[in-house]
Amino acid sequence: MSQATVNAVQMQGIEKSFGSNPVLKKVDFSVKVGEVHALAGENGAGKSTLMKILQGVYTKDAGTISVAGVPVEITDTFDARKAGVGMVFQEFSLIPTLTVAQNIYLTNEPTKFGLISDSKAKEMAAELFEQMQVVVDPSSTVENLPTALWQLTEIAKALAQDAKVLIMDEPTASLAKHEAEALFDLIVRLKAKGIAIIYISHRMDEVYRIADRITVLRDGVRVLTESLAQVTPVQIVEAIVGRTSAAHLVHLDRSSKISREIVLEVENLSSGTKLVDVSFSVQKGEILGLAGLMGSGRTELLNTIFGVAKANTGTIRINGKQVKISSPREAIKNRIALIPEDRRSQGLVLDHPVTENLTLPVIDSLKSRGFLSTKKILQKSLEIIQQFAIKAAQPSIRVGALSGGNQQKVVIGKWLATDPSILMMDEPTAGVDIGTKSEILDLVRAIADSGKSVILSSSELPELLAVSDRILVLKDGKVLTSLQRNEIPNEEFLQLAIQGAQK
Amino acid sequence: MTNSIVAPALNLLKRFEWQKNIIYIGFVAVFILFAVTLGDSGFTNPNNLLNIFRQVATISIMAVAMTFVIAAAEIDLSIGSIAGLASVVTAMTLNTFGLIPGILAGLLVGVIAGAISGGLVAWLKVPSFLVTLGMLGLVVGIARWITASAPVPIADMTYVAIFGGGDFGPIPGLLVWALVAVVLGAVVMNKTKFGRHVRATGGNLVAAGYTGVNTAKVKFTVLLMSGVFAALAGMLYAGRLQSGRFQWGTGDELSVIAAVILGGTSLFGGRGQVIGTLFGALFVGLINNGLILAGLDVSQQQVVRGAIIILAVALSRKK
Repeated sequence: MSQATVNAVQMQGIEKSFGSNPVLKKVDFSVKVGEVHALAGENGAGKSTLMKILQGVYTKDAGTISVAGVPVEITDTFDARKAGVGMVFQEFSLIPTLTVAQNIYLTNEPTKFGLISDSKAKEMAAELFEQMQVVVDPSSTVENLPTALWQLTEIAKALAQDAKVLIMDEPTASLAKHEAEALFDLIVRLKAKGIAIIYISHRMDEVYRIADRITVLRDGVRVLTESLAQVTPVQIVEAIVGRTSAAHLVHLDRSSKISREIVLEVENLSSGTKLVDVSFSVQKGEILGLAGLMGSGRTELLNTIFGVAKANTGTIRINGKQVKISSPREAIKNRIALIPEDRRSQGLVLDHPVTENLTLPVIDSLKSRGFLSTKKILQKSLEIIQQFAIKAAQPSIRVGALSGGNQQKVVIGKWLATDPSILMMDEPTAGVDIGTKSEILDLVRAIADSGKSVILSSSELPELLAVSDRILVLKDGKVLTSLQRNEIPNEEFLQLAIQGAQK
Repeated sequence: MTNSIVAPALNLLKRFEWQKNIIYIGFVAVFILFAVTLGDSGFTNPNNLLNIFRQVATISIMAVAMTFVIAAAEIDLSIGSIAGLASVVTAMTLNTFGLIPGILAGLLVGVIAGAISGGLVAWLKVPSFLVTLGMLGLVVGIARWITASAPVPIADMTYVAIFGGGDFGPIPGLLVWALVAVVLGAVVMNKTKFGRHVRATGGNLVAAGYTGVNTAKVKFTVLLMSGVFAALAGMLYAGRLQSGRFQWGTGDELSVIAAVILGGTSLFGGRGQVIGTLFGALFVGLINNGLILAGLDVSQQQVVRGAIIILAVALSRKK
């Protein structure tokens, strides 16, 4: 049977090793013209290496690549762009100090009388955005734009370079819901134009929504390529994880581990317009889930309790005693810890070794004769590394070199070293692969089992349902409802509660 | 219906790029201040004003190149010493081999020093702060060595006339050099690929590289350019003062960096405003001139200049 549609990209028998460590083993991967092809796999499965080969950041050891049926040799990013490969980066790749139009035509500047012409670039960019049917001002400076428009600018830039295939790496990670919707609409229009899209995402619902096919990599080997109409989410998860049960997403009843003792009591807490009259309590050993849409006040609630955001009114009692918390230092003194959402910028010093990151909050206790003791620091670090099964080659490696999941474990380990009685976590599994996610959720359970109380905010409902003993639903800064886990029959029920559509 | 007038006005105020334009406001404000308070001391006298231009001409020329260096998120601390070495090398060659070899030898000093710094920064990835700090000492050492720390007088009047000593009618030659450098710099920064790529390199090195900008070449070129412009400034010192001397240009790097930052170029890279730099240099000259006319001594001037640099950097962080 002959193939009716041409492949926009065809990679065959791709191999790549770093030193003696093979990262890709004879991987075949192709995307048809006008197709959205999802690429999935755990961190370290090889998907980013494969994409970097296609973009010319790495060179392959073996295999062939052709773009639009033409064999190409890609040795640097310039070759890749010439061949028509465009990338929408996960970590944004625009020049913040230049305008949108200047960014789109960087290295490709339109000229007039030998000098570059910004007005021409602006016109061309405006035309491009019109074709994309999105509204972006080509003359505004990129650093003044909201992130959603950065991404549109990147897509426009790739299109301006005549890209035939776009690589989108977690494109919705930093977008609000309606922005993500707009992106999906754009993807549909790009498809209609014959642009092929490689879509890397951890979010299953998105993949089903917009992708035509999915390829799963595991340990550098392609384990699945299938039309999404013919594959179930369970099959995909199995292919990604390589085990046959998604046990981490099953709720385990922990009611026997929760004591009646109330650890934290919040009453009528308000902060600006973001948080209105919030009251709730948490018991010892309990895991309280916070659910709500973007902007519902989940992060604000955690920040206010932790003293980062200012409370206008309300009282907080810890173990029955009223406390006043107006700074993180006071929160820590009251044995509250917060693991923030953006671990890279708020939770870790990426350039510092694992040991230093782990022991930073407890550094005062690791002295010997008045000076810091390298031996004690190492000892304490090894203790935490072992306890949390952190995968680091050596304790002295810089944290930035670890995988996302292991970075998150370092953050958790770091805060648990302070022995908090209340641990608050904001989106603890954002951007980590499914295997690490299950480990982190196990870790959360183990922390609660040891008698600590956990407040966990998450936008991923399956995760909340799996780990929470009780779920507090927020909307517009107010508590909508508080549900015991056994009152929630399924995800749809919780989704309706969050939308406020419950009767 | 006042809203329809107030809202756009407010919007305009919000969009006004404070950091980018503060220099023009500052310049005008200080000018008026001095004109009112120091009018009697001869501040507004045309001769005094031309003098300010003459004094800031060499600073402006170096500052034009420095604008490119800083826009690329690098720094060049060696420009003052390069100016000094270029002045003595020009003077010595001029006296022995004549006009053209003298000019070429001076420029060659800038090319060599700039190329070494640029090469180390671009390809060996040594931070420019360290490379040019080392170059500063190295170059000034050579200048003292070859002259035994003595001044080298220049007798060639053609050289003196071209390089800063002469006037074009009422316009000082130095002013012409400075204006040519500024206009050329402004066009290159805003209207050529190279200028755009300099700002891209300083704005986001990784993104620029992925987009196909040859960032190593950009870094090399800006430092080379800075070396050559510094050499030219040194040759202008030599022409104006009719001698080559290792001290010419000493400490200029601070005034130059201050002028660039005052002009709205961010020390963190990605922005470069050549016209702003000119006004930054004029602003520094204005302050110096005003302080002298007001009767402050050299040490007090230094204190005020130091305070201005701190203020400038603080403002450059303001968003």
